[in-house]
Amino acid sequence: MMSTTDIRTIAIAAVAIGVCALLPLVDQGYWLSIGVSIAMFTVLATSWALFSGPTHYISLATAAFFGIGTYVTGSFYESVSFWLLLPAAAIVGGLLAGIVGLATLRLSGVYFVIFTLGLAELVRQVITWAQNMTGHRGTYVLLDFGSRSVEEVIYWTLLGLAAIVYLAGWLIGRSRLGFALRIIGDDEEVARHSGINTARAKVLLFMVPGAVAAATGAALAPRYVYIEPALAFTPLLSFQVVIMALLGGAGRLWGPLVGVIPFTLLWEVISATFPNQTTLLLGAAFLVIVYVLPRGFVGLLERARARAGGGA
Amino acid sequence: MIQEEEKSPMKFQRRTVLKLSAAALAAPAIIPGRLAANDPIIFGAVAPKTGPLAGGAAVTHWPNLQLWQTQVNAAGGIMVDGNAHPVEIIEYDDQTNPGETIRGVQRLATQDNAHFIITPYGTGLHIAAAPIFDRYGYPQVCVTAITDQGSELAGQFPNMFFTLGATTPFAGDVIRVLTAMRDAGQIGNRLAMVNVADAFGIELMAAGMPLAEAAGFELVYETSYPLGTQDLAPVINGVKDAAPDAFVAWSYPPDTFGLTEQAMIAGLEVGAYYTAVATSFPGFNARFEGAANNILGAGGVNPDLPSFQEYEAAHIEVTGQAPDYWASATTYGSLQVLQQSIEAVGLDREAVSAHIKEADFDTVLGPMHFRDNNFNQAYWTVGQWQDGVFRGVASQNRDGVAAARLKEGWA
Repeated sequence: MMSTTDIRTIAIAAVAIGVCALLPLVDQGYWLSIGVSIAMFTVLATSWALFSGPTHYISLATAAFFGIGTYVTGSFYESVSFWLLLPAAAIVGGLLAGIVGLATLRLSGVYFVIFTLGLAELVRQVITWAQNMTGHRGTYVLLDFGSRSVEEVIYWTLLGLAAIVYLAGWLIGRSRLGFALRIIGDDEEVARHSGINTARAKVLLFMVPGAVAAATGAALAPRYVYIEPALAFTPLLSFQVVIMALLGGAGRLWGPLVGVIPFTLLWEVISATFPNQTTLLLGAAFLVIVYVLPRGFVGLLERARARAGGGA
Repeated sequence: MIQEEEKSPMKFQRRTVLKLSAAALAAPAIIPGRLAANDPIIFGAVAPKTGPLAGGAAVTHWPNLQLWQTQVNAAGGIMVDGNAHPVEIIEYDDQTNPGETIRGVQRLATQDNAHFIITPYGTGLHIAAAPIFDRYGYPQVCVTAITDQGSELAGQFPNMFFTLGATTPFAGDVIRVLTAMRDAGQIGNRLAMVNVADAFGIELMAAGMPLAEAAGFELVYETSYPLGTQDLAPVINGVKDAAPDAFVAWSYPPDTFGLTEQAMIAGLEVGAYYTAVATSFPGFNARFEGAANNILGAGGVNPDLPSFQEYEAAHIEVTGQAPDYWASATTYGSLQVLQQSIEAVGLDREAVSAHIKEADFDTVLGPMHFRDNNFNQAYWTVGQWQDGVFRGVASQNRDGVAAARLKEGWA
């Protein structure tokens, strides 16, 4: 049953996404390109936190699924509609995540981290091998959306994906699966003794970020125009997603969003102002974040709220 | 700008001009910017300073921007409407990430109001930036983007120009050089061909293999290895066992060096030895010295051309390093193309693009034009280290091709 607060939450979220959807009408250039970045990282970081938040498994597989998605579009966009490729990529990504999950999620945390980091490289090598066997001649995605710009269409697609991710996260949070995952995150032994099939729950939930990241990659392929393995499977993407999600706070559904927005803007300011020291300054910023905000912005906000409540 | 305004004796006029230029810059796609005398022309540049392609960009891309800016400004600047304007370059690091390249070009076009934008570095980053160049009407004079899809891309992005060539002629000219050596009785018919299993290596292999077969070569050994392979001894040993007369590796920078090192150790005896990307780097000759003699590689220049000699000396003087003998001079040439078009038609980007399509250019590499589908048809394809100089031994429509020499030993 939906309570009044639920209806209000959904209404607020719907209005917020509706307002964001107006951005391309205001600016088609610089701010839209920042909007695409923010929307992309919001989708990736929020779906990442859906799994990693409750289970505390750090997944570095985002780049693997993202890359697969770009190749789904890159390989089939000439014969299949772009709009069908998005769900197709999601299915491929979800299935791969399922297989990977079955193989690794029975293991404890650190093995999982290492495997997911290697996964992007593994998939990249498989694609390279296939290209080498067939004498591949470069993947170009030359898509045209008529009167709408590519950037605009991608932005709206990503907003749609964000809406799906938030809805899925909200539903999972209320479901038995979400409850089971919270128990697993607190103590996996206890969860198992309570009769929860922990492996199944983890695999099921791991498929969500897999599917979402692949769909995101598929949506962004027309923006890159030229797809090559080194660029599609860049490991940096996986780390960026983790950093942003942790900066915001992975414990709340809206947590990653409050990390993505300041981080993207900070990244932009640093890139524009100190083009020769970008990596150095980002590293320094990350250190500050870890030391000053160990629980992310969510932790900061909740502490502030608790203090305000205590004072009253 | 504000400080200048206060210092200026013609305060009112100056302010008016500034306002006008600000208004013009605010609508960059429509009205070409009007410059006051001595105002700089702003060029934007986005390319890797970090990430996998940073090393190549540090040899080929960034030094040429520095050299060109220094030389143009020393000569007074670029002439527009009878006034000389200095060149100002705004540089961004794209971290070898196409998303950052897109954002950087976007920022240059809309926030920095750059008059012109210099093309990025590397095929993927070039093409990722193309839609933004196109949207704001910037001419994109590409350099390090080698593709057989040039006419398709130029069809979609009409202001995109290609200077460094297409994939198939690069592979085809290697086979042409080998065929000439064979027909002259210098080498036999047995050919070993390997490639790095990555984008350009795969494309060159796919183009080169059928051409070698069509030329009547017997392929005695053929393999590929992943990018980043540390131990290339098995590849060279396999080649050696097949006893070829000629060896061709469609290689990338790390393995160009690695293969050659192994070939020296194994004493690979071939009459023609070719490695692709980075053979033309001055560092290659410095690393192998005498053993590099008569090694063939991708690229080439005409080292006897006075304009090139002048360019090379200036490159060493200004940047403290020698240019590479392939894309360096082309990078510089691409900037000369922009400069000559701006001097011909002013800052109106549409007019500059239209001018590039039609005009003849005089560059450090010799003459250049883009009348064939935005594609420069005069470029070097194969070079060879001959007594410490990397000479072009095959080209598409370039003068000064030297004869290829036989590889004799590794001393």
